[in-house]
Order: sequence, then structure tokens, then C-alpha cells
Amino acid sequence: MSQPILTLSGLSKSFPGVRALHDVSLSLRPGSVTAILGENGAGKSTIVKVLTGIYRPSDGEIRVRGELKSFSSPRDAWAAGIAAIHQETVMFDELSVAENIFMGHMPTGPARFVDWSEMHARAAALLKRIDAAIPPEFKLKRLSVAQKHLVEIARALSHEAQVVIMDEPTAALSANEIDDLFRIVAQLKAEGRAVLFISHKFDEIFRIADDFVCLRDGEKVGEGAIASVTEPQLVRMMVGRPVDQVFPKRDVAIGDVVLSVAGLSNATEYADVSFDLRKGEILGLYGLVGAGRTEAMQGLFGITPKTRGTVTLEGRRLSIGAPSDAITAGISYVPEDRQEQGAIVSLGIRENVTLANLSKYIRGLFLSRTSEQAETRRLGKRLAVKAANWEQKLAELSGGNQQKVVIAKWLATRPKVIVLDEPTKGIDVGSKAAVHDFIGELASEGLAVVLITSELPEVMGLADRVLVMKEGRVVDAFKRGQWSAEAIVGAATGAAKEAA
Amino acid sequence: MNMDTPVPPVDRYIVLDAPPRRLRDVLLRWEVILVILLVATIVVNTIVSPYFLDVFNLADATFNFSEKAIIALAMALLILVREIDLSVAAIVALAAMGIGYAAEAGFGPVGLFATGIGIGLLCGAFNGMLVTWFSLPSIVVTIGTMSLFRGITQVILGDQAKTKYPQEFLDLGQSYFIKMKETGISWLFVPPVPLSFLIFLVLAVLFGLVLHKTAVGRQLFAIGSNPVAARFSGIPVDKLRFLLFVVSGMLSGLAGALLTARLGSMRSNIGVGWELDIVTMVILGGVSIAGGVGSILGVVLAVLVLGLVTFGMSLNNIPGQVVSVYIGALLIAVIAIPRILDKVRVRPIR
Amino acid sequence: MKGLFNYRELILASILLVGIAAIGAYQPAFLRWGNISDMLTETSVLFMMALAQMVVILTRGIDLSVAANLALSGMLAALVSQYYPEIPLVLMILTGVVCGLILGLFNGLLIAFLGIPPIVMTLGTLAIFRGLIIIIAGGDQVNASEMGAAFQAFPKQIFLGLASPVWIAIAVSLLFWIFLNYTRAGRGLYAVGGNPVAARYCGIDQRRQELLAYVISGAVAGLCGYLWVARYGVAYSEIASGYELTVIAACVIGGVSIGGGVGSVAGTLLGALFLGIVMTALPVLQISPFWQMAISGAVILAAVVINARAERRPDKLILPEARRLRRV
Repeated sequence: MSQPILTLSGLSKSFPGVRALHDVSLSLRPGSVTAILGENGAGKSTIVKVLTGIYRPSDGEIRVRGELKSFSSPRDAWAAGIAAIHQETVMFDELSVAENIFMGHMPTGPARFVDWSEMHARAAALLKRIDAAIPPEFKLKRLSVAQKHLVEIARALSHEAQVVIMDEPTAALSANEIDDLFRIVAQLKAEGRAVLFISHKFDEIFRIADDFVCLRDGEKVGEGAIASVTEPQLVRMMVGRPVDQVFPKRDVAIGDVVLSVAGLSNATEYADVSFDLRKGEILGLYGLVGAGRTEAMQGLFGITPKTRGTVTLEGRRLSIGAPSDAITAGISYVPEDRQEQGAIVSLGIRENVTLANLSKYIRGLFLSRTSEQAETRRLGKRLAVKAANWEQKLAELSGGNQQKVVIAKWLATRPKVIVLDEPTKGIDVGSKAAVHDFIGELASEGLAVVLITSELPEVMGLADRVLVMKEGRVVDAFKRGQWSAEAIVGAATGAAKEAA
Repeated sequence: MNMDTPVPPVDRYIVLDAPPRRLRDVLLRWEVILVILLVATIVVNTIVSPYFLDVFNLADATFNFSEKAIIALAMALLILVREIDLSVAAIVALAAMGIGYAAEAGFGPVGLFATGIGIGLLCGAFNGMLVTWFSLPSIVVTIGTMSLFRGITQVILGDQAKTKYPQEFLDLGQSYFIKMKETGISWLFVPPVPLSFLIFLVLAVLFGLVLHKTAVGRQLFAIGSNPVAARFSGIPVDKLRFLLFVVSGMLSGLAGALLTARLGSMRSNIGVGWELDIVTMVILGGVSIAGGVGSILGVVLAVLVLGLVTFGMSLNNIPGQVVSVYIGALLIAVIAIPRILDKVRVRPIR
Repeated sequence: MKGLFNYRELILASILLVGIAAIGAYQPAFLRWGNISDMLTETSVLFMMALAQMVVILTRGIDLSVAANLALSGMLAALVSQYYPEIPLVLMILTGVVCGLILGLFNGLLIAFLGIPPIVMTLGTLAIFRGLIIIIAGGDQVNASEMGAAFQAFPKQIFLGLASPVWIAIAVSLLFWIFLNYTRAGRGLYAVGGNPVAARYCGIDQRRQELLAYVISGAVAGLCGYLWVARYGVAYSEIASGYELTVIAACVIGGVSIGGGVGSVAGTLLGALFLGIVMTALPVLQISPFWQMAISGAVILAAVVINARAERRPDKLILPEARRLRRV
């Protein structure tokens, strides 16, 4: 075996009151892909931040080709040949593609002035290497999400990095784009670089990785060749106990039609979205990222104006111009982006839970704290929110508990229909199961559920029916028992239609 | 819930309704710091000048800040929702000019106040419309309307002054609304209160109740903390923002009427620079410029601190601009000192 | 390197040209070199102040203390000229620049290292600087008769048809252009304002960049303080009162985004020029100078509305027909 490019030994990192990493060692071989697995909070991002010079380790050594290194800024990490493609697209929309690639290490000419022609030439060469037809002088904001990812990869390559870290690089990509990305990963491997690959998706890990390292609570709990393990073994390693990824579907008596949507359309995002939803039913809305599912449901909820279409709830035609209309009528929408759209982290649990229907807690002219507290207590206990007290700020809670508070806020409005937009996105395996079970429980209580998800096992495990959206339209519908994974994916990607 | 779910049993955690009260938390509240500042101001001034603790002097001192303080109440709500209105002083001028013309046309006091508030309402609606319809940053919009409103005043008025007002109107601004009443016991009396200060106090109570006790107030905190999540929660974000600009305009119009009545004349430069004084009051009152944090009590206390510092210094013949050095330093110090203490106290563990 | 002007700036430039042509057609005197030269002299301070303010706004900050800084630095320079008339002019100008720089440093240190919101910090220093003028000058003003002759003569000197402040403004603008486009620190300002998190991941020190911006802003205000005081021949506590908002207005008209990360030297200069023309054209057109403020207010509002429309994120194009339409 060749000498490892990068070796970490005994790496630890503590924050006041938190031990993020404890005594983690790993080594990366040239020309290999190593996957890091672990639940949220297991320490994956901390490793990335230590390796890229954002954090300094509390203890332990980083060696690059046997040489001891200490990184105090991202520049040091670059100099050592380590570059990362980060989870959030951390880029500059208003600057050019070339500047995005070279920000922080722009080529300079005489008198240390930035050499723009050199920079553009080098950017073009890098982009060509990964087959990206993107002009280097374009402003970044003109690019699609996938193209931005390519620019990020070019940025990593611009450092001539021997170690490329990819932190959940596929989160925002479609199936085709993921294929492109994996082709580039293979190319990096062939060039003898080491890739550190972080992902929640097992299919990707089995497809691309050679080795794995599994973390739990900041400690390494397993490592080895990916060929030597199975998915259930990995899951057990991650959570420390066996967990069925998807709960068995509950048997729920499906009632009458509650919500009926007909011809929902707007100008550019979705067209002719129609469906009926029954009491106790879970309707899956499947499709690729960017198929218009979120947009259509936000149109239903009144966030973005729909231009055409009717919404009928329990036989009554609704006119929804704003979210408050939808809430009053009994429709709730739990948004995808918890931090931005769901939780108000600087307010307390009580204030979050009661926010969407404050009028219910008014006694006389003023809000009644007792009635607010009663509702918070009821829902908080039901969802098993872990907190010191109900006034605690959301910022002090874990991501999973924040999500519970957000769901509590929507249940407090006593909805008849609840739309859940990617409710398990970015949630670790253990909490996922709890969310799945909770969705089943809601349906069994007679709620009608729309579940937007990009994960096939989730939609096939939970839904009674599945609508597939592609390019803003519903292209197919399936009933439980009459579907196959191939058919659903085929409808979402358009493969089935072309084959037929 | 099913027995076989991995979710922990419901009552494993005892979650309190409210955190236990601790003395430290109470003492570190912004309002407490302001009360200490206020007491210190009063004590120092009382020692330095024998004229400070005179009810009539104090009542007269309120004239100098009450009009600004009224606008500060609206500004506090705007800053709380991450907006700002720099055009308030220009609205004061435009409203004052309208009042001047209305007075010449023979309007009575009620009509004059209505004119001022009406003009303010229109200006505020214009601001609110620009900010919410076009989703523009309010700091830029109100810098623009500040020029526009004062510019219109200058265009119409030129270098003229308006000086003719009905006597009843002037009386409202220049004499005490509540007269001094003694009861015979030296410490028990009804103090003299000017109309502007009385209006300020009444409005402060009203604003405090709305902000801290009603659903609308809670929604304002939510908007200030996270406008996107607030909108997703069904809060009419743009409507409320628009409304706050209208309120800010109306209170500026009201302040313009009170100021005109007090001065008995107006020129186009009336109230120049007030916007920055008012923002200072609000920030010193503990309203965070980043939104979502603040209280009306804090603003009221800050108004009193600033008013009494200014009054005390004027008693000692310190020029206004030198007073502003102290006020500027006070503003920076109260924001900076907690941050410096934070830096010194919390050392990140490596 | 991009062209000198982008699309938006071209529009602004053409509006300006059409405006100048229209005024010239109505009043040919407006187009006379003497008038244009006067207008440039009159606007030279605004050019420089707007560029400096742009640098601060690029980092998502704002500097409300610039006008007060200008007044204080100008007063200090004037006092030096009054009490030490024998020292060289360069040193007097340097007094203003260094004073401004130190004041800017004070802003920058507290904003960058204590995280005080820029609007709060500079609001505070605005009041402090103005008050300090009274204190250092003992409440008096410095008149033309008390300042040195060379001190006052310099801004009125003409080289090649343009007064020295215009040449200084040209030199300063060039420096800004080179700094913002051809140095890593200059591009770093765009990075820090455009996306602070991303800038950190690129190894750019946000605090150093912020500090730099406020120091530049302060130094330019100091230089302009000298020019202002020497040109108008008087220094007192109220000079350039409220000018900070004019400066910000010039930036806004020039397309600088108050959200940070967007702005160009050419655009800002055009924005300042626009205000300069409005101020000088009014007397030529025999319109009362009282119109000036109302017009600049209307122009600011028009500019922000137009900018906002241009910057609005395009709708997501998901439907195939919408994508086709957009492509045509």
C-alpha cells in the first residue's frame, strides 16, 4: 500500500461544554474515496472545519505526507494541499466565476496587482478539466445550482489539492447531476488524489466510496473497506442500536375527501396541479429537486400567489391570498428550511408554538399567558420536546427539538390538512424514524397529509398514494401496492416516457 | 403512542413553565442599567445645581424632548422589525408647514392638529408603500423621502416663516396642560404637566400594552426576529410594516403640531437633525438595530435619561454641541461595555 | 476585466448626457467650459466622499460620521494654519488627513473588533466629533482672515483648466479604481460584503477588511475637510451638517447596494455627478435653489426603485414553456 496522503491521529476538539471530537484517527490513501458516516452532531462537520483551518483542534496531530501541520487559517490548509467543497454553497453571487474560484488566492502580477487575464485563463482551464462549459467572466448569480457546484469543484482543484473534501455535495443535485459529480470524483481518484466524502445517503456511499469511517458522538466507532460491510451494519454502527429506517405503514381507515385541488398554476413554476386528498390519507409528492413541488404547495398555502386553480376544503371553495387565509381554513404547511422559514430561534418555545394562531389565546384585549402555557405544555409533551422550560429560546435547542417545536406550532392551529415539506431532510437516522412514526400517527388521527420528499424509501414506506411531479407538472400517479421503485423514478426523470 | 416506538416516554422530562428567577438575570436587564443611569443623572445634577429639582424647571425641561420622544415610540417599533424611518424630521417640517397654511386659512386648534396628523399619515403611507410594494431597504427609501419632504417644504415656503396661529393653539403648546395644584402638604401636589409630555406618557402606556401584551405586539417581535418564518406563520408582515410607517408618519405630524404650537413660528429648517436624536433615544433604550429585541419601558427610560442629562448640562451653561459629545459617548459606551466585558470574561477553551 | 461601465451604469450615463444636453439646449451657458469646470470643482468633495462611503457600504456597513469627521479634521487643519502659519502646506493637509484617519480608525476598531453595529457606532461618533469641534476651537470659528494665504490659495489654483480639487478627485478616483479592481484587499471588500461566511472560508479576515474600510473612509473625510475649509474660507462646528446623507444618496444613485458587496467606482462617480449637476444646473435654469433638495430626493427614490427592479431575482423557471419563453 502506498503511503497515506493525510493522517489524523488522536484528534480532539472541544467547545465550552461540548466535546465535538474525541481522539479520532484516520488516514487517507492516494486514489481512494473515504466516506465519513455519522448522525447529525456526530462530528463530521467538525472534522471538515478542522481540516480546512476554520477550527483549531484542541488536541491531536494532522500530518500531510508524514509532515506535521498546523492550520490557523484556510490558507494554511490550501498550502498543505487540502481543499473542501462545502455543504452550504459558500460563494459570492455578485462576483465572477473566476473570482469565485480564486478568491483568497488570486494570481497577482507586478506590484502585487491582480492579474485578471491570468486568472481568467486559469479558471477556464480548470473548468475545462471538469467538462464545465461555464465562461469564467460570468457573474455567479447567473448559474444554476448544479453549475455553482461545478465552480466549487473547480475552486477545490485550483489549489492543486491532493485531498478534496466533499461535505454532502449531492444535497441539491438531481440524479443526472449526481452522475456528473461522480464522474469527476472518479477522475480525481484516477489522478491519485484522496477524496473525503460526507453523505447521508447510503446508496451514494456504496456506489462511490472505497473505505469508510463511522463516527458517533464525536468518537470513531468503526472503519474499514466499504466492500466488507452491509447497510444495516453501517446503520447499527452509526446509531449504536438497530433501527428500521422506515416504519411499517400503519393501517388507517381512509375517509371522505377533505381537500380538493384543481388546476393549480402560476406563470413559471407549476401548472395544472390537481388532486383530491382524503381524511387519514398520506399523499406522497415525489420528484427531483426543482420539480416544482415546493412551489406548488407554497402556492396552495398562499406564500407565492397562484394565478389559476381552485382549492376546495370540505366542500367549501377557498380563496387563499395569504398564509393566514390557509391557516384559518385549516391548512398547515411545515416548510423545508427549518432555520430560515420555520423556527424563530430568538424567541422561546411558548412564543413559537402559539405564533401561527395567536388570536386563540386572546382573553379580552390581551394575550393570556396561562392559555398559551397550557397549549405549549400539551403539544410539547405530545412531541416529547426536550427542554429545561417552555420559555427556553429555540436557539438553545438541538435541531431535532427545533423541528418538533415547528411541528407543534402547526398542530396548534388544529389543521385538517398538513403539508410536510421534506420533514426528514438533514435529520439523522435515529430521529428520522421518530418523525416517520409521528406522520403515521397524525394520519391515524384523521389528518390529511401531503408529504413532499425526495427519498424513495420514505415515500414508498409512508404514502397511500404518490403523485410524481416533473418540470412543474404532475406526470404520473401511483396507488399503494401498484407501484415499483423503477416506475416512480422513471416517471420523475422522464425515462419511462421515453422508453414507452 | 405505540409501545414499540423509540420515542422516549412522555413524562421522562419535567419541563417547567418558566425558568427559575435568578437575581443575576434581573440585575443584568437593560432597563435596570437605564434606571441606574437615570438615578445617577438625577443625583449628580441635584448635587451640582440647586435649580435642578424644581418642579417647574423639570416640567419646562420636558418641552425640549417630548416631541422627539413621541416619535421615538414609533421609531422603536420600526427598528424592532428591522426597519428605520429617517424621514421623520422632514415630515415634522412638512406637517408644520401645512399647519401654518391651515392656520392662515382660519382653522381652529383641532383642525390644525388634524392637519398635521393627516399630512404625517400621507407621508408615512408613502414611505410604507415604497418599502413594502417594491421591497426596498427602508434606510435608503427614507433618506430619499427625507430629502423629498423637506425639499417640498423648501420649495413651497422658500425663506419665509409662518407665524400666524390662533391663540388657543399656541396656549396648548406653551402653557401647562395640567396646572400645578398644591394640597397644603409640601410633598403632596399635582405637578404641572405640559400637553406634549402628557401625550407622550399616554402614548407610551398604549404602545407598551400593544407591544408586550397583544397579539400584534408578539407578531412584531416575530417579524423582527425572522421575517421569513413570520410570513410562513401567517403573519401579515408587509401589512404590519406598512402600518408602522403610517404610525411613524402620524406621530411625526402630531409632533410637528406640538412643536409649532410651542414655537409659535416655523421655517423650512424646523426640526433638522431630529431623526438622529430619535434613533439615539431608541437604541439607548435597548432596541436592537438587528431587530427582534426591545421594550417600550427601555425607550421611556432612555428618553428621560437623555432629557435630564441635556437639561442638567444646560443648567450649567454647557453648549448643546458639547452635550452631544456626552450623549454620543454614552450611546457607544452602553453598547460597547457589555461586549468588552463579554470578551474579557469568556475565554474560548482550546 | 469587465468594461469600464456595466449596463446599469450605461443607462445612468446616458440619462446624465441627455439631461446635460437638454439643459445645454435651453441655456447654452451651462455647457461653457467655465461652468463645467466650476461644477466639477463644486462636486469634487462629493466624488471622493462618495467613493469612500461606497467602500464602507461594500462591507455591509455605513459611516454616518463622515461629515462630522470632515468638519473636525477641517477645523484642526484650519487651527494649525492659524497658529503655525509658517509650516509647509503639505503638513497642514496631512494634519487633516491624519486626523480623519485616526477618527476612522476609532470607528473601525470598535465596529470590527467589538461588533458594534456600524449605524449605532457612527451615529455616536457623529455627535462626538461635532461636539469636539466646539471643544478644540473653544466655541469660536476660524475665519478666512485667520487662515494662512497658501492654505486658502491651493484649492483655487487652476492647472490645465481645472481647479486643484478636481485633480485631487481624479487622482483619488484612480487610486480607488486600482485598489478595488486590482488588489486582493480591494476584491476582499466585495467578498466580505457579498458573503461573509464564504469570505471566511476563503481565508479572508473580515475584521481587517472592515477596519480598512473605515480607515479609508476617515482619511478621505480628513482630506476633504481641508479642501472644504480652505475653499469656503471658514471653519466652524456646523459645516457640512447633514452632508453624510448626501454622500450616501450619491452612492445609492450610483447603484451601490446597501446590502453590501455591490458597487463600482464608475457608478458612484456618476451618482455624485448627478447630484452635482442638479445643484449647479438650477441657478443656470433660473430655478430657485430651494428645489435642489426636493429634486435630489425624487432622484434617490427613482434610483432605488429602478435598481431594485433590475436586481430582483428572476422567477424560478420550472415549466418548460417558461424556460423557452425566457430563452427567446
